[in-house]
Amino acid sequence: MSRNTEVFVIGGGPAGLSAAHVAAKLGAKTLLVDDSARVGGQLIKQTHRFFGSSNRDAGIRGVTIAEKLQQDIEEVSDRLTVLENTAAVGFYHNKEAGILSQKAYERVTYQAAIVCTGATENSLAFDNNDLPGIYGAGGVQTLMNVHGIRPGQKILMVGSGNIGLIVSYQLIQAGVEVVGVVEGMPTIGGYLVHASKIRRLGVPIYTSHTILKALGSDGVTGAMLSRVDEKFQPVPNTELEIKCDCICLAVGLTPLIDLFQQAQCRMVHVGELGGLVPLHDSAMRTTNPDIFVAGDASGIEEATTAILAGRIAGARAYETIHGKSPQAEAIVAEAREELRTLRSGSTGERIRWGRERVLKEVGEC
Amino acid sequence: MLKNDGIISPEELSPVVPPADRLARGPVAIIECLQDIPCDPCVSACPVKAIKMKEGITDRPLLEFDTCTGCGLCIPKCPGLAIFVVNMKHTPGMATVSMSYEQLPVPEKGQEVTALDRSGKDVGKVKVVRVVNPPGYDHTAVITIEVPADQVNNIRAIRV
Ligand SMILES: Cc1cc2nc3c(=O)[nH]c(=O)nc-3n(C[C@H](O)[C@H](O)[C@H](O)COP(=O)(O)OP(=O)(O)OC[C@H]3O[C@@H](n4cnc5c(N)ncnc54)[C@H](O)[C@@H]3O)c2cc1C
Ligand code: SF4
Ligand code: SF4
Repeated sequence: MSRNTEVFVIGGGPAGLSAAHVAAKLGAKTLLVDDSARVGGQLIKQTHRFFGSSNRDAGIRGVTIAEKLQQDIEEVSDRLTVLENTAAVGFYHNKEAGILSQKAYERVTYQAAIVCTGATENSLAFDNNDLPGIYGAGGVQTLMNVHGIRPGQKILMVGSGNIGLIVSYQLIQAGVEVVGVVEGMPTIGGYLVHASKIRRLGVPIYTSHTILKALGSDGVTGAMLSRVDEKFQPVPNTELEIKCDCICLAVGLTPLIDLFQQAQCRMVHVGELGGLVPLHDSAMRTTNPDIFVAGDASGIEEATTAILAGRIAGARAYETIHGKSPQAEAIVAEAREELRTLRSGSTGERIRWGRERVLKEVGEC
Repeated sequence: MLKNDGIISPEELSPVVPPADRLARGPVAIIECLQDIPCDPCVSACPVKAIKMKEGITDRPLLEFDTCTGCGLCIPKCPGLAIFVVNMKHTPGMATVSMSYEQLPVPEKGQEVTALDRSGKDVGKVKVVRVVNPPGYDHTAVITIEVPADQVNNIRAIRV
């Protein structure tokens, strides 16, 4: 079987939902596919109140933002088809792609594609890191917040970025004891308010420490930590044994980019954005003129910025098919201004730098 | 130091603590948000516009102590759970601290709970004097506890 659409959106996280909503609302026939059982991406696991700007959903919980985005797309259901449990598996030439559901493999013919596949979790090398009971933070969140299952009773968190801090807090809320947060850097990586929040509930934060090995034979019974020096080398005789039955790794995300590589988009490595990302301009168009990108797939950032970039991509994808539109232009202008304010200031520095590098590569900066 | 262990030191805290004369006048907020992060729900939560940001969303909040009425409406809106309201005019020798609480079970008014300091250390039993948990707060309850006046800037969490 084959399907025909104008705009083809891959991934139904905040970026993809926003892109699909805007494209369909402006008038494009749109198809959105997501490989999970329910659209919403990372948001369906985020039970905490979001940071960001209060005119873009800050202060409300991630799950509630997902519900709002789902309502938005229902509003345009006459022009937008959503397929859940359906993965985009490859691009062909001639604006064709393949999608795979539990029932069938189908071809999709599109005029513009917007790839919003999000990110994958990084792992960490240490002895015994394949023992049962060692999870990525995303896996822990899915177990706990989507399926209502506790991953263990006593958990050690590795990584003090926002994800490590927030997932620690959610674990405490789920009744799991968090025995500590380990961080290789001398300072906490995430927002300090999140760190204070778990610290005052008794969770120690071990900065300048690393995990040397997981202890146990059939499953995790503990972890061996050590202090590290400025070069991240373990300092001898500073080993510290911690008892736990679970270790959670929150050591960063990498953009999920195989589809771009397969569509022969030019890639660029930008450390600030999490690794290899498809080169793109400020319209979120990659070097393959029919393919756009938005959200974490274009560089690890946040839900608010994913929504805004998704809106830009949706509006520009519509314009490549239907021509210039003042409404699309207004959406882009508004989103750009919001992105600019969100990325200003000292915490936005790394992202700004990374984004500027990408734009420079395409000669826009 | 806050950035090394998550615990705000007295020196780091001092700029956000209202002056003694303002504290003596009754309820007032202490906003323990000391880093420039892209966040601002506290600003729009305040009905009397006591919370300002120098340039915009990426700055840290600044509280005008004299404008703040201590109403506590900003407390549950803060995703950092960083806002506390203290009342030094409670009863002689005793003060209250109000804070967000997002765990189960939610304590009841009159219940005795364990008070914790910024490092999570048990600093004794305290009494819950008020629980505000309407649907609009979306599961972030605001709990007020009665504490010895000299503990007002030390107690920052409870264990039920
Ligand atoms: C613990 C945690 C806390 C966070 N807290 C905040 C916060 O407070 N504020 C904030 O702004 N942000 C926060 N974020 C970040 C935010 O969740 C992400 O930046 C955002 O979800 C990225 O959106 P996205 O649409 O790019 O990707 P995602 O949300 O990851 O969505 C991608 C979607 O694409 C699907 N997909 C992938 N590949 C395919 C394929 N081949 N075919 C079909 N579908 C596919 C996936 O299943 C997924 O549904 C947090 C993230 C985490 C993990
Ligand atoms: S306590 Fe009330 S008056 Fe004071 S800052 Fe908060 S919302 Fe404003
Ligand atoms: S809402 Fe809370 S975390 Fe956000 S800026 Fe205000 S005080 Fe800081």
